[in-house]
Amino acid sequence: MLELRPDQLGYPLLSFMIFLPVLGAFLLLFVRNASMARWIALGFSIAELVLCIPLLLNFDATIPHMQFGESMPWIAAWNINYRLGIDGISILFVVLTALLTTISIMVSWTAIQDRVREFMLSLLFLEAAIIGVFVSLDLFLFYIFWEAMLIPMYLLIGIWGGPNRLYAAIKFFLYTLVGSVLMLVAIIAVYFAAGHTFDVLALMNYKFGHTFQMVAFAAFFAAFAVKVPMFPFHTWLPDAHVEAPTAGSIILAGILIKMGAYGFLRFSLPFFPDAAIAWTPVIMTLSVIAIIYGAYMAFAQTDFKKLIAYSSVSHMGFVTLGIFALNSQGLEGGILQMLNHGISTGALFLAVGVIYERTHTRLIADYGGIASRVPVYATFLLIITFSSIGLPGTNGFIGEFTILLGAFLHSKPYAVISSLGIILGAGYMLWLYQRIAFGRITNPHNEQLADMNLREVAAALPLVLLVFVIGLYPNSAFGVMHVSVSNLIEHMHAKVESAPAVAQALGTILGR
Amino acid sequence: MFSLSQEFMQSLAPVLPEAIVLITALLVLLFDLFIEKEGKALLGWLSVGGIAIAAVVTYHSMGLNEAVFSGTFLVDPFSTFFKFVFYIACGLGILVSINYLKVEDIHRGEYYALMLFATSGMMLMASAGDLITLYLGLELMALSIYILAGFMRQNNRSNEAAIKYLVLGAFSSGIMIYGMSLVYGLTGTTNLGEILAFLRTADLNNPVIYLAMIMLVVSFGFKVAAVPFHMWVPDVYEGAPTSVTAFMSAGPKVAGFAVLLRVFLYTFEPLHAHSTVILSGLAVLTMAVGNIMALSQTNIKRMLAYSSIAHAGYALVGLAAGGPEGAASVMLYVCIYALMNMGAFGVVIMLRKAGERGEDITDFAGLGKTNKTAALLMLIFMFSLTGIPPTAGFVGKFYIFKSAVQAGLLWLAIAGVIFSAISAFFYLRIIMIMYMNEPKERIELSTSPSLALALAISVTAVIVIGIYPSDLLDYARASISGIL
Repeated sequence: MLELRPDQLGYPLLSFMIFLPVLGAFLLLFVRNASMARWIALGFSIAELVLCIPLLLNFDATIPHMQFGESMPWIAAWNINYRLGIDGISILFVVLTALLTTISIMVSWTAIQDRVREFMLSLLFLEAAIIGVFVSLDLFLFYIFWEAMLIPMYLLIGIWGGPNRLYAAIKFFLYTLVGSVLMLVAIIAVYFAAGHTFDVLALMNYKFGHTFQMVAFAAFFAAFAVKVPMFPFHTWLPDAHVEAPTAGSIILAGILIKMGAYGFLRFSLPFFPDAAIAWTPVIMTLSVIAIIYGAYMAFAQTDFKKLIAYSSVSHMGFVTLGIFALNSQGLEGGILQMLNHGISTGALFLAVGVIYERTHTRLIADYGGIASRVPVYATFLLIITFSSIGLPGTNGFIGEFTILLGAFLHSKPYAVISSLGIILGAGYMLWLYQRIAFGRITNPHNEQLADMNLREVAAALPLVLLVFVIGLYPNSAFGVMHVSVSNLIEHMHAKVESAPAVAQALGTILGR
Repeated sequence: MFSLSQEFMQSLAPVLPEAIVLITALLVLLFDLFIEKEGKALLGWLSVGGIAIAAVVTYHSMGLNEAVFSGTFLVDPFSTFFKFVFYIACGLGILVSINYLKVEDIHRGEYYALMLFATSGMMLMASAGDLITLYLGLELMALSIYILAGFMRQNNRSNEAAIKYLVLGAFSSGIMIYGMSLVYGLTGTTNLGEILAFLRTADLNNPVIYLAMIMLVVSFGFKVAAVPFHMWVPDVYEGAPTSVTAFMSAGPKVAGFAVLLRVFLYTFEPLHAHSTVILSGLAVLTMAVGNIMALSQTNIKRMLAYSSIAHAGYALVGLAAGGPEGAASVMLYVCIYALMNMGAFGVVIMLRKAGERGEDITDFAGLGKTNKTAALLMLIFMFSLTGIPPTAGFVGKFYIFKSAVQAGLLWLAIAGVIFSAISAFFYLRIIMIMYMNEPKERIELSTSPSLALALAISVTAVIVIGIYPSDLLDYARASISGIL
């Protein structure tokens, strides 16, 4: 049984992590100068990264409990508490968020010239809301952050986006809002069913009735599936990615869409294990469709960004496939793949942003042969391409391999079909790289292309390092999450044992 | 002689807030005679001062729970809660008016007096312990607002708004009186408490009581702009002076809900199983029509008119849920709604300049570049009206839907959240136009200290309640516990 361990440090680290960016955003309100706004935003995002150091150093990966716990009454009449805590799953995403936000600010340094202050303000608010989502242990608080995140993201796409930004922004907002409000009703229903509590840990231990589980799972699914996004709820993603500014795409692909998968892990599986098992065939099927369909769509794209957007659909299909394999290999692979996807796709969007800033085109056909002009950039793109394909030695390999292992244990056909996705992935990514970097320079504009400057290299370097750190020493990530994941599986098992038929089903899945 | 007058004064003590508001109104009328046209703003500040004094007096009588004047006038926590909301609506309404009246060249003292009369009418409605007092208060409010709606005498649309509101309002009053007379004929009393006592023991198979209930639903529904009794709203909201529209969308609507709560959740409590069916039907209809019609509006006042219809729909969800939780959710909601709506109208008023309309949605184009503060305020109000956290609008809606789920009206909660997701479309359109379109021309805003104060109050409230709703929530729950 999970418990909330009070913070080990003597100061509320998680609250600091939520409110430091808010403070930065507040300061930005009083700044008139664009360059000043950039430095303040960068300073606060780096300070946030620095806060990750005590977080990682003091985190105990050998226990499954929620650590750095904070709890105080907030809205007593509804039994709502301001309750924070972090475990081996969420800590990875908090660190990723802090890292990608800093990188986003760095890549926007010269790309954003219009309303810089508002841009940085939105980014910092976004960071605060996302960290809030990952550390909340009260459903109401979680929902506040979950929805509040929509505001800055909507503004980022809508104000600083491409030509079709209005359509993309409103589509993104409405899709996610409709999914979220259904979850809101389910959250309220859960509150009453479990005896007036929003406490996530208490709800994990509560056994909901079977019918209730099925319906509530569906409502949570509506919110999370849109966010992931799972096929067929993915159509907002290509639009949003293509129109969003580089920073927006990095955050969107790197972290935002992970929130959906995180939602499955943190809420759907532990709250409604019976329903999760019952829904498994549906979700696995949708995942496999997403893997193959996303890959095929990626082949057909002529736009650099759109191609990566569809590859995200495919990669997130692997994530949900792993999670709903419901065994430790699948879950750990899924979580690692979330992290990997954040790193590699974040880096890919960074790569698009770097080149787009120079050429102002995203059409793949406008490139070709640029490796001879921008060798550093081409190397960077190649490493990330390998990571995205899942070449052994990079992070992508570990994630996809583990997921397929888990899926294979669960059900062979799913694993076999999904593995085609890896081949397709290698196909479209290598073809992309070939069309962009190799051959002769076909577009005369690219003759004078400038290579990555120091700022861009500095932004890209941490991601490249992570590709190899995780790829060569996967335990750096597995070690952090392992205990929490085992606990999650045991917890589900314990909870469904009361219903013998379901337990048997789970037993088969777990191979016991 | 002295002792008699003291006794008399003491019996008046419970109505002291109402008396202060009325006396302020009379003082405004009196001073109006001596004040030059340029100095009329003074009357506005005098009115705000009167409201503030009334608020202080009400604050000091917060614990009171008594029935005076033979039970026709109740001073209880429930009415006190609503009086505070009315003070806010009236105070903010006057603050956003002062400069606007100058721009429209209708700066006359009667305006403030009528606002105060309307406010005292609303206070009477909230305190009514008897159908007659209720009707008196309602008519005092309505008559004042008919005149206010037509305050731009030279403007055809304003005149049209006033006439339309008056004719339809009179019609709905007729229905109300009919319904009340049926109640009286059936129960032999107009006292709300006695009617409740009668209904508790009466045989509820008598169709007349349902007929009376439906008539009251229709006439109160007219006041809160519930569909299908909303036909007057878009035209009247569009035609009336914007400051009056702002006040109308907050004050009378909230007063209407005060009456609905008192009559349907308290007096007609034995009939709740039936009234909840009607009210939930009305709620769905109101949310649907309000939100869907708002999608296609090009005039900001008409859009906010439909939005105010939609918000009446959300509040009706809480009313249909019933019980102390449902009632408290409605109270919290209307309070938050009054604040955020006043704020939104305040920004609309800012855009109004002499000689230009400033009411078209496209007039907001590029406001995010030309006037960052105004745009940021509008952004916050729009997100709050949509119900996106961490604004107060979310807390209000959350409580409404929570009480609906608690009352077993899951379907109604689902309908509510779907419609509020739809509403995002037209609220976000304003934000989009402000931030994502290029400005047509440089807009000079008509700001004034009073308008700035009103906006500062509402935006602070929207954010503070959004982040820390506990105190207001507890207060709403405590206020209802006396009667339910």
